[in-house]
Amino acid sequence: MNKKFVLGIYDDEDVLLTAIENIRAAGTKIYDVFSPYPVHGIDDVLGIKRSRLPIVAFFGGLFGMSFALWMQIWMMGFDWPMIIGGKPHIALPSFIPVTFELTVLVSAFSMVITFFIVSKLKPSLKVNVFDKRSTDDKFVMAIEVKDGVTNMTALNDLLRSNGAIEVNEKEVVK
Amino acid sequence: MTEERLIISRKTNNKFFLMIAVGVVLLIAGIIFMAAGGGAEHHAEGGHGEAAAAGHEAASWTKRLFVNLWLNNVYFTGIALIGTFFVAVQYVAYAGWSVLIKRIPMALNYYLPVGGVVMLLVFLFGGHDIFHWTHEYLYDVNHPEYDPIIAGKSGYLNFWFFVIRMIIYFALWIGFSMWLRKESMNEDLNGGTNYYHKSIRISAIFLVIFGITSSTSAWDWVLSIDTHWFSTMFGWYVFASWWVSGLAAITLTVIILKQNGYLKMVNSNHLHDLGKFVFAFSIFWTYIWFSQFLLYWYANIPEESIYFIERLGGNEGHFAWIFFMNLVVNFVLPFLVLMTRDAKRQMIMLKIVTIAILIGHWFDFYLMMMPGTLRTDAGLGFIEIGTALIFLGVFLLTFTKGLTKTSLVPVNHPFLEESVHHHV
Repeated sequence: MNKKFVLGIYDDEDVLLTAIENIRAAGTKIYDVFSPYPVHGIDDVLGIKRSRLPIVAFFGGLFGMSFALWMQIWMMGFDWPMIIGGKPHIALPSFIPVTFELTVLVSAFSMVITFFIVSKLKPSLKVNVFDKRSTDDKFVMAIEVKDGVTNMTALNDLLRSNGAIEVNEKEVVK
Repeated sequence: MTEERLIISRKTNNKFFLMIAVGVVLLIAGIIFMAAGGGAEHHAEGGHGEAAAAGHEAASWTKRLFVNLWLNNVYFTGIALIGTFFVAVQYVAYAGWSVLIKRIPMALNYYLPVGGVVMLLVFLFGGHDIFHWTHEYLYDVNHPEYDPIIAGKSGYLNFWFFVIRMIIYFALWIGFSMWLRKESMNEDLNGGTNYYHKSIRISAIFLVIFGITSSTSAWDWVLSIDTHWFSTMFGWYVFASWWVSGLAAITLTVIILKQNGYLKMVNSNHLHDLGKFVFAFSIFWTYIWFSQFLLYWYANIPEESIYFIERLGGNEGHFAWIFFMNLVVNFVLPFLVLMTRDAKRQMIMLKIVTIAILIGHWFDFYLMMMPGTLRTDAGLGFIEIGTALIFLGVFLLTFTKGLTKTSLVPVNHPFLEESVHHHV
């Protein structure tokens, strides 16, 4: 099914930010904004909620720590007790480096994997590039046109009056 | 940008003087208690009365006083010095975010001259009480207490070289602090980027000097108390302790000033960065702590592990609770409390953690100095609290006086605008 988008092209970061605020205030839903570099404060004006990835990191780290401690205590203390350097079987200080490493490792991996799953990043992913200039020197704001709407003048005017230097239409195969 | 002047009211100043007065009263009370027989209480509790009394003499109140003066002076001098270090790091890194709070670390080092004088006086009058190596007979081959290990270190650890080093440290630190301060004040008056570029060059030189002197001063003032012991990580360890306490002091001051209506342009983004600093470097301190501990614990060589034995089971387990409290307050608490983004942006959370860290690292220095000097006679009484209060009062007097001397906002700093719009 085809979807139709109206693209507002901007060439100034500050104009873009105020445009996003105004357009959202006017009740128009913005599909997405594409930018060649991360723009400060754009998440706030777009109303994007904060990522919950840190929670995953915390529990990943907690799991990594518990796993590392359990593994070492079980291996060194119960499964195959060994005396190393005259220390007790379960010598906690010597377990700390491994525990630290596994905490960091599992925490990082769980974050990366969760990120891939949540953002549906996979080798077969097809990305619609709305306007190639958004990887160079222009900001592209995409607004989805609702089914049945044929008159684009209202959207066109809204974008133009908010500083868009160019307004295009694009159909995308979903 | 407009200037912002801090006004310290007479009432606030009186509070600092009251702090000093209370400290003096507590100190005198503590000394009287101790001179009147505080030692007896300790021996009764030990349960080996005569034998112990014969083996070692209870520490006199003068010794306890000198060790306490030394402990507090090293702690507060470190925080003051970190002020200059923080500013220098920000300059060299071309940092923009910290411009709005720059004047706070810049005023911290107003304590340095006081610290230098107190350090010298305490060493001259109480050196024998604090440092075992200052005793002449240790170096005399014919004396029964001749100590070949300490004698072997006499090239570095001798009275005159020690005093000269101390004077050089303070001269360099105070000199560079004043130089940086002067450039910054002239920048306020005249503007332009010349002062900024010059400050970067001064800071770069200072950082090299700081890298050496922070380590050597840690060996001199803290490590040489346990003369026989050595640790290649000790300079780092003391630096980590100073650095995180200094960051906590800066953060706490920013919050207190903000709550009293100053630093209007500082917002939660700046607090967030300061919180990250405190969080990161409390972990850094733990890393250094553990790296030092693990190697000695694992090798288990008597002459090395004695340092930790004195702090754990040795000295009748006198210091064991501080040993573990040190880790809980300085690592577990900041790690868990400041972990989330929101906590670093809230004043109340930062306040709790920074106060805990400031107290915790005072105990860290307590733990470095007391087992080697007062041993089982170390306590936490009127003398300790009194001395700490006196030093805190003097430190706050000099620090706030320094803060009032310039505008809290460096009006002509080239990165001021960037700091105002700082966003994380």
